[in-house]
Amino acid sequence: MEKNVLLQVEGLVKHFPLRKGTFRRSKAAVRAVDGIDLFIREGETLGLVGESGCGKTTAGRSILRLLEPTAGRILFRSRRMAEAMSAGAEGVDVAKATPRQMHALRRDMQIIFQDPYSSLNPRMTVGAIVGEPLLVHNLARGSAREDRVLEVLTAVGLKAEHMKRYPHEFSGGQRQRIGIARALVLEPQLVVCDEPVSALDVSIQAQVLNLLEDLQREFGLTYLFVAHNLSVVKHISGRVAVMYLGRIVELASTERLFADPRHPYTEALVSAVPVPEPDITVERIILEGDVPSPVNPPPGCHFHPRCRYAIETCRTQAPTYRDLGEEHFVACHRSEELRLQPARSK
Amino acid sequence: MPFLRKREPREPKKAKPRSLGRDAMRRLMKNRAAVAGGVILLVLFFAAIFADFVAPYSYTEGSVLDNYAGPSAAHPLGCDFMGRDMLSRLIYGARISLAAGLVGAFTAFIIGVTFGLISGFFGGKTDNIMMRFVDIMYAFPTLLLIILLMVFFKSSLSVSGVAAEGFRGTLSNIDRAMGGMFFIFLGIGITSWLGEARLVRGMTLSVRNTEYIEAARAIGVPRRRILFRHVLPNVLGPAIVAQALQIPGFILYEAFLSFIGLGVNPPTPSWGMMLSDGYIAMRSHFHLVLWPALAISITLFAFNFLGDGIRDAFDPRQTR
Ligand SMILES: Nc1ncnc2c1ncn2[C@@H]1O[C@H](COP(=O)(O)OP(=O)(O)OP(=O)(O)O)[C@@H](O)[C@H]1O
Ligand SMILES: [Mg+2]
Repeated sequence: MEKNVLLQVEGLVKHFPLRKGTFRRSKAAVRAVDGIDLFIREGETLGLVGESGCGKTTAGRSILRLLEPTAGRILFRSRRMAEAMSAGAEGVDVAKATPRQMHALRRDMQIIFQDPYSSLNPRMTVGAIVGEPLLVHNLARGSAREDRVLEVLTAVGLKAEHMKRYPHEFSGGQRQRIGIARALVLEPQLVVCDEPVSALDVSIQAQVLNLLEDLQREFGLTYLFVAHNLSVVKHISGRVAVMYLGRIVELASTERLFADPRHPYTEALVSAVPVPEPDITVERIILEGDVPSPVNPPPGCHFHPRCRYAIETCRTQAPTYRDLGEEHFVACHRSEELRLQPARSK
Repeated sequence: MPFLRKREPREPKKAKPRSLGRDAMRRLMKNRAAVAGGVILLVLFFAAIFADFVAPYSYTEGSVLDNYAGPSAAHPLGCDFMGRDMLSRLIYGARISLAAGLVGAFTAFIIGVTFGLISGFFGGKTDNIMMRFVDIMYAFPTLLLIILLMVFFKSSLSVSGVAAEGFRGTLSNIDRAMGGMFFIFLGIGITSWLGEARLVRGMTLSVRNTEYIEAARAIGVPRRRILFRHVLPNVLGPAIVAQALQIPGFILYEAFLSFIGLGVNPPTPSWGMMLSDGYIAMRSHFHLVLWPALAISITLFAFNFLGDGIRDAFDPRQTR
């Protein structure tokens, strides 16, 4: 594990067993996350992009151990755990942490949710919602807690008078700010942002994205930023991982990914990003067919039924996930030979 | 009407926290039917609690001269077949009806919420076993059980004239001390909570899957606190509303049991019992059934109006 790497995920797998029949015994499972590797450096934003149902949320929640991973290692260089248990250079394996360790780890890794409506308890005031993390971690009491809550609320652009109000009195954008405040009050290192702006009006999306960037700078946060298309991720992340049916198909710096996509699926996603200049023509690649079921993923490369470059090998052998150089990771048999269409920009 | 007076539209200088409960209350007060229902029930509760002062006559003793008497100045609603004042009996009867309704709703609420919450929150095997138990109870012929219980225990009194010994005797004594209401409560208690348990379990399951529970787990909130601070408050509202809507059912249940002679012991007046006493002479003395029937109907209406009002007031879709 490199020095400046905060999180390193190795072979993360999360399967949801399917329950059917009277005896509830079956080998079938939803292979929501089927072996992913990635790392995130301190202070950077890694975008995680893919179609609906490809396992982004599952990956994010497994990393935070809100879901129990089926397999894999989640090495996390926790600031506080390192002090407490002299964790080696490897960091703590979140997947193996005991409940007590997990409780301590939660201070360092947080999550921001997609839906600003269902992510706030309607029966608690904003002050209680943002103060609860301090309460359960025994960090500040009474007026000290109130001060801290106020501090965080101010940082996300809310006011003192909002503390005593209930979530239903706020707009979607404001609610999302409350959710952000709740995640930041513990001063975490890593924040998983699970499509934090997808549910918001377009006009408010930019505000919240800017806020997230400001907060990142101010508090030195590291983001795993989940989105279902590249246009949101383009501006906020330094590197992007593209996911398809439970696996990462390509991971590279944002510029590389747009300028030189090496996976046909990335090519299609890149071509779908709207270009500001109307006279530039980019062939918009429309993928045919639906995403196959994660219960029975196709053999070989998961993407081959929809891939226009697929050859025989793709149908039988799963491509290896490899580094093409300069941390450009890809899982495609034909990466080296294909000349894929880059995004035309500026 | 004074209680509907519009409040001054004062702009909150220091914005007051508007909790959901407060909002609901405000909406409830705007609902005329619900307010009317509430007022009727208030009057009824008042009369029932202070029956000893409100009722003009005793409910046990009448004068032979007044048998079947129609309405008059002395007896505004007339008298029954034993010359007992109908109004007084109606007022005392309200005690039984309201008690049946409230005890039913309360038992159902306590057992149902506890059962449903545990079942839904812990899920898995616990949930499976607990819900199968509810299914079995649902299939149980409750009314039959109640009838058997009552016949068994009540006959033990009437046949020998002396209370039976042991367990059977104890139950009989309790029942007698309560004017014959014990078995009504038991009957209501056995089944009433099943629906509530299912409802609460369903809501618990759906609350458990919301993102605010996920957020609580991400923060590291202990399970106990999640259950009591996050899940419970969010299922409580609908659970209360459901029971408010159930009350008329319990009242009717008591009336029905008393009507078929399995309810309260004479001379305790219950509206169902009064109906059953009166229907034999219904053709010639219609007032004997008219008043108890009206009392039942009005009470049911009042509860339904208020219950619907509370439900609508709590409906989140009506927020703002
Ligand atoms: N608790 C669960 N039990 C069973 N299957 C699940 C569960 N959670 C997710 N899945 C399945 O796992 C797959 C991945 O779901 P996930 O929510 O991670 O996708 P996603 O990429 O976040 O999609 P979206 O963009 O819609 O949020 C889906 O097929 C989903 O149906
Ligand atoms: Mg998702």
